[in-house]
Formats: sequence, C-alpha cells, structure tokens
Amino acid sequence: MNNWPLWEIFIRSKAGLNHKHVGSLHAADAEMAVQNARDVYTRRNEGVSIWVVESKYITASDPDDADPLYEPAKDKVYRHPTFYNLPDEVKHM
Amino acid sequence: MNNHLFNYTLQQADNCLILGQRLGEWCGHGPILEQDIAMTNIALDLIGQSRMLYQYAAEVQGDGKTEDDLAYLRDAWDFKNVLLVEQPNGDFAKTILRQFLFDSFNCYFYEALKDSNDEKLAAIAAKSHKETLYHLKWSADWVLRLGDGTEESHERIQSALNELWPYSAEIIIASDADHDAKTNGYGVNLEEIQSRRDSKIEEVLEEATLTAPEDTFSHSGGKSGTHTEHLGYILADLQFLQRAYPGNEW
Repeated sequence: MNNWPLWEIFIRSKAGLNHKHVGSLHAADAEMAVQNARDVYTRRNEGVSIWVVESKYITASDPDDADPLYEPAKDKVYRHPTFYNLPDEVKHM
Repeated sequence: MNNHLFNYTLQQADNCLILGQRLGEWCGHGPILEQDIAMTNIALDLIGQSRMLYQYAAEVQGDGKTEDDLAYLRDAWDFKNVLLVEQPNGDFAKTILRQFLFDSFNCYFYEALKDSNDEKLAAIAAKSHKETLYHLKWSADWVLRLGDGTEESHERIQSALNELWPYSAEIIIASDADHDAKTNGYGVNLEEIQSRRDSKIEEVLEEATLTAPEDTFSHSGGKSGTHTEHLGYILADLQFLQRAYPGNEW
C-alpha cells in the first residue's frame, strides 16, 4: 500500500461554490480516492461534492519563477475594477 | 412493558454496539490512515445507531432505566447480538468480510424497518439506513478488491469467508421477538430481507471470484444470550469503567 499513488482532493462546501483544494491522500484508484476523501475530509459536514485528481497530473509553477511571474502585477492597480462608481442598486460586487 | 418490542430493539442495538466496539479496536492500527478513519467512522455510526436504539429500549422498559444501564450494566447472557459481530477482527480481510456479511443484512433491515408501524423505530431506521448504504458500499468494494486482487489478498479473504460463513445465517433466523415484530407490524419480514441479502452476497462474491462453502451448518444462540467466549472479553473492555467506578461520569 506504500505504492499507492497520491491524489489531490477538492471539496465543494455547498452548491454554487467552487471546489477548493483541501489536501491529499493515498488511494489505489480514483474510486477509492473518492471514498477515502469522503471519510477523511467530509466527516465534519464539510462538503457536498468531491473531485479527485492524481497528483502527478498537476503541473505547478516553479517557486523560483515567482519574481517574473507575479511581481509585475503588483504595480498595475489599474487592472482592478476599482475605478468605477457602482450604482447602489448593484449589490454583492 | 412489551417484552417482545424490548427484545427486538435490544437485538439490533446489541448488534450495533458490539460490532462498533470491535471495529473501534482498529483505531490507530488500520492498514493505512484513510482506512483507519473509514473503520472508525463506521464504528461511530454503529455506536450512534445503538444509542438511539438503547434509548428507545430503555423507554420501553420504563422504571427509570437509561441507555447506559443497557450498554454497561448487563452481563453477557443478557446480550442478544448475533455471534457474527463478536468474532475477533483477525486480519483486515476478516474484518472486511465480517463487515460485509453484517452490512448486507443491516442495510436491507433498516430499509424495511422504515415502514414499521412504530414511529420511533421507523425514524431510527430512516436515519440509519443512509449510513448503512455507505457501509455496504465500502465493505462490498473491499471484498471485490481483496477477492479479485493479489494471490495473497484472495487467499486471505477466502479463508475469512470459510471461517465466518457458518455465522452468516443466524441473523436471518427468526427469534420470538422477530416473529412478534413481524406479526404486529413494528418489525421486518426476515424472509424478504434474506432473499435480497442472499442475492447481494452472491453477486459480490461472484464478482470477487470467491466461493462460499457449501456446508449450510449455522451457529446460533446469540439472539437468546448464548454467546461465544469472545463476548465476555469485549464486555470486560467496554464496561470496565462503569464496573470499577459505578455511576462515574466525565
């Protein structure tokens, strides 16, 4: 069982919200990963839907590239939609 | 007090408590973290079911008894659980097979008990049935994985099946309480449950490439309080605190 692959687990906490990454676990296949996730991550009523993805299929950005990737966005406040006056009738923005 | 209703409720409560206690022994010892949690989740579900049933049995019994009196202060011969649930955990395969044999009864039992004319039993059944649907899926999946897995896993679960098979039928052999419950509409028809249970077992065993022994000998006695030696040891663990420090609370 030490050879079981690692799976990343995503849980939707309630209908309408996004699935969020909650952690990872080991399982022999996708079906077992869903069951294990149900037991490990939803026992305190955390979710209504589970996605599992085998960790090896996740491509991550390299932490060493953080500067070129993310720094340039920091001084570009004009990309935030904060320069508009929203009418009061528009709620939840 | 309605003696049959009391015994009928206790039979199921005791099944759930003793199997819950057995499964709880795996806590911290599961083959992997995820299955350790799965087993303790199921143990807690079963103990939760037993609590609802003990509370109701205590109410039926009257004279100020509580669920704790029933769980902690009865001796082995008062327990009415079937012998299957008190059998030792053995290896993971044996625990899985014992669980599957119980779940394949328990799930259909609660489904039928939802139609009980006793409102309390019907309500307990409605809540418990959802839990047992998952239990049955979990244990049936593992029977398939082990049976149709490696040579070693197949061998282990086949030998668990050979060992536990003579304990599988007792649960559908009607006791006096079972007869009364069916006749008066507060309990289930065990014959109907048997046919559904048997076909589920047959289907899963076949897919898992396992063979049930042909011998139809069945152990029995649990429902009337005649137990294997194992129950005494379970109760010694389970009841120790209340026996050593009567009435103690925490």
